[in-house]
Amino acid sequence: MNEHRAMTDHTDDHVYLSLSEAPGEPEGEARWAYGTGFADPLLGVDTALPPGIDGADLAAYCLMLGDDALILAQRLIEWCTRAPELEEEVALANLALDLLGQSRQLLSRAGQADGTGRGEDEFAYWREDHEFRNVRLVEAPNGDFAYSIARLLLFSTARHALYERLASFADPVLAAVAARGVKELAYHREYAIAWTLRLGDGTPYSALRMQAGLDAVWPLLDELFTAHPVELRLGTDPAELRESVLQGLAEVITEAGLTVPVAAPMARVGGRAGRDGVHTEALGPLLAELQVVARAHPGATW
Amino acid sequence: MDAANAVNAAGAGSVAQGDRDLGDLEAHFDAVVGAEQRIEPRDWMPDAYRATLVRQIAQHAHSEIIGMQPEGNWLTRAPSLRRKAILLAKSQDEAGHGLYLYAAAETLGVDRAELTEKLISGRQKYSSIFNYPTLTYADVGVIGWLVDGAAICNQVPLCRCSYGPYARAMVRICKEESFHQRQGYELLMTLMRGTEGQRRMVQDAVDRWWWPSLMMFGPPDGDSPNTAQSMAWRIKRHTNDELRQRFVDMSVPQAEHLGVTLPDPALSWNEERGGWDFGEPDWSELKQVIKGQGPCNTERVDRRRAAHEDGAWVREAALAYAHKQQQKHQQAQQAQQQQMQQQQKQENRK
Amino acid sequence: MSATKADWPLYEVFVRPRRGLNHVHVGSLHAADDRMALLAARDLYTRRNEGVSLWVVRSSAITASAPDEQDPFFAPSGDKVYRHPTFYDIPEDVPHI
Repeated sequence: MNEHRAMTDHTDDHVYLSLSEAPGEPEGEARWAYGTGFADPLLGVDTALPPGIDGADLAAYCLMLGDDALILAQRLIEWCTRAPELEEEVALANLALDLLGQSRQLLSRAGQADGTGRGEDEFAYWREDHEFRNVRLVEAPNGDFAYSIARLLLFSTARHALYERLASFADPVLAAVAARGVKELAYHREYAIAWTLRLGDGTPYSALRMQAGLDAVWPLLDELFTAHPVELRLGTDPAELRESVLQGLAEVITEAGLTVPVAAPMARVGGRAGRDGVHTEALGPLLAELQVVARAHPGATW
Repeated sequence: MDAANAVNAAGAGSVAQGDRDLGDLEAHFDAVVGAEQRIEPRDWMPDAYRATLVRQIAQHAHSEIIGMQPEGNWLTRAPSLRRKAILLAKSQDEAGHGLYLYAAAETLGVDRAELTEKLISGRQKYSSIFNYPTLTYADVGVIGWLVDGAAICNQVPLCRCSYGPYARAMVRICKEESFHQRQGYELLMTLMRGTEGQRRMVQDAVDRWWWPSLMMFGPPDGDSPNTAQSMAWRIKRHTNDELRQRFVDMSVPQAEHLGVTLPDPALSWNEERGGWDFGEPDWSELKQVIKGQGPCNTERVDRRRAAHEDGAWVREAALAYAHKQQQKHQQAQQAQQQQMQQQQKQENRK
Repeated sequence: MSATKADWPLYEVFVRPRRGLNHVHVGSLHAADDRMALLAARDLYTRRNEGVSLWVVRSSAITASAPDEQDPFFAPSGDKVYRHPTFYDIPEDVPHI
């Protein structure tokens, strides 16, 4: 009987005891480090630049996608300790961690591709506002929960579609990041859709907020489908995604009992926008905050 | 007769269920606790035991949630993307810890909304340490090293707490806390190897956090009237002063290795008792902070209240949506049933 | 604004730690609906790959035995020693049993 007791006590004692049985370092410890994602998606991926790809173009493209992920992660992080419910704290942090992970890999790849060997932090902390290549959608301030969800819905739907294509891109590193990102973005999209439905078909007040959020972000959607010459040269014209993404968005918005916004795209400035380093006023303060500690200690390692 | 049998005997000795008298219930409870077994949610327990646990677990949960703020203060400014990811994951862990603990509290018959209400109205406390400000990025490292270190000293014994759900929640929490502590220490080692400015930052942070960390163990044993009862109930395993001593003994060599000076001139090795002698924390400061006059009391509670109140319409919407979905589902089911019944009738007529 | 007005219901969470093991109760969480509960459980209880499968169920849907019933409810099976693995005497040199 005692042996039996010992056995049940053990299984009783907690599923988390199995954590201690994780393999030794570094694998065993890795799961404690970042919360999500323990496998390095770039493990075993050849980092040599494949023939036929222009290094400068690839670097520019990685910065575009990497900056999108970094700036949106920074906005999501601002929700920390402000989320509408504690469970959502954990969920929002997960989204931000995914995006942060993507941006780190993409920025590192940019440094490899342009031959400068610059690391992720050199790109994130030591570039000026006009050197950031993110779309304006991701830099807009968070607004209320509905606005943040509307932005997430647009971004995750479009980025999921893009990553699906990039998973077979000629650069193996970008392809690996995208392949991993497809799974992450699928979850981000599910999260955003679920909340769009809840808010859209929740209370009269939440429906108003959700509609207002969609209306406000809609003019920023077009930039995601506006090709930059670099994208055209790399053969990744985002305009090809427009129809299917719009259709996916329309389905969700209609199911939520809301109206697909009819809004003209936000104007460009002399033909230029985020991808060309011409941003809104929101990016400056965001970067000032993001970079302040690093810049106060030039030459320091953290 | 081994301990487990003693418990069974106590249980079997009672008459039919329902009409056990209080004495039997108490004897059974005492035997379970005495035999180092766990009390589980629906077991009978003394009212005071339940109240003590609710207070302690709630305070612990509140501390995790409020504790996200001092470090969260640096999330947007973390000086490298790696540090940002580490800090974000840590902040997420803290939200998780809060949730595990609220879940444990709920098994005692209180609900989270009630506890949140008590936190934001100031009727329930959280650890006073979080009412101190975080002034540089080194604070993030020092919180990991000292504050999480102190928390570990306090919490590891709670993995053997007599109340099952609390003890089980602590298993995972302690594992994560010890990881946080190592992360914090690793950050400090990096800073100490860095520039002169970075080293100054670390020493300054240690100067500010050392004494508040010592105060995390609560008042001296002489002023801690509830300790004896909590120890008898196997909620608490060691006195405040025992744990404080353990923490000092642990931290002194770590500080030496790091190359920082702990701000206590009275710190000296006592060969006789094999431990470090240390100075008396400023208990009047602790009392001040507990009373609400700490540097950040107002901001911390205000932020939590704002998040809760600003989120009310979102939570309400989710609930309204769920009700609508449920109704739709039920209507669909009813329609299906009616259809089937009609088909059945038609078949019968044939 | 009342805090309880929009209080989400409580769900219990069960995790299958590995293939070959039963789901084990790990705790609870609040969610407005089943799907939200499942996603929150994923984020909260299996953030570090602690499980391969999750169950969530509304706490109110669980029927439990009363602790007071434990003698009549569980005592009979206590007699049936053949249900317990230690009833069977197996020579010590038989491996993996």
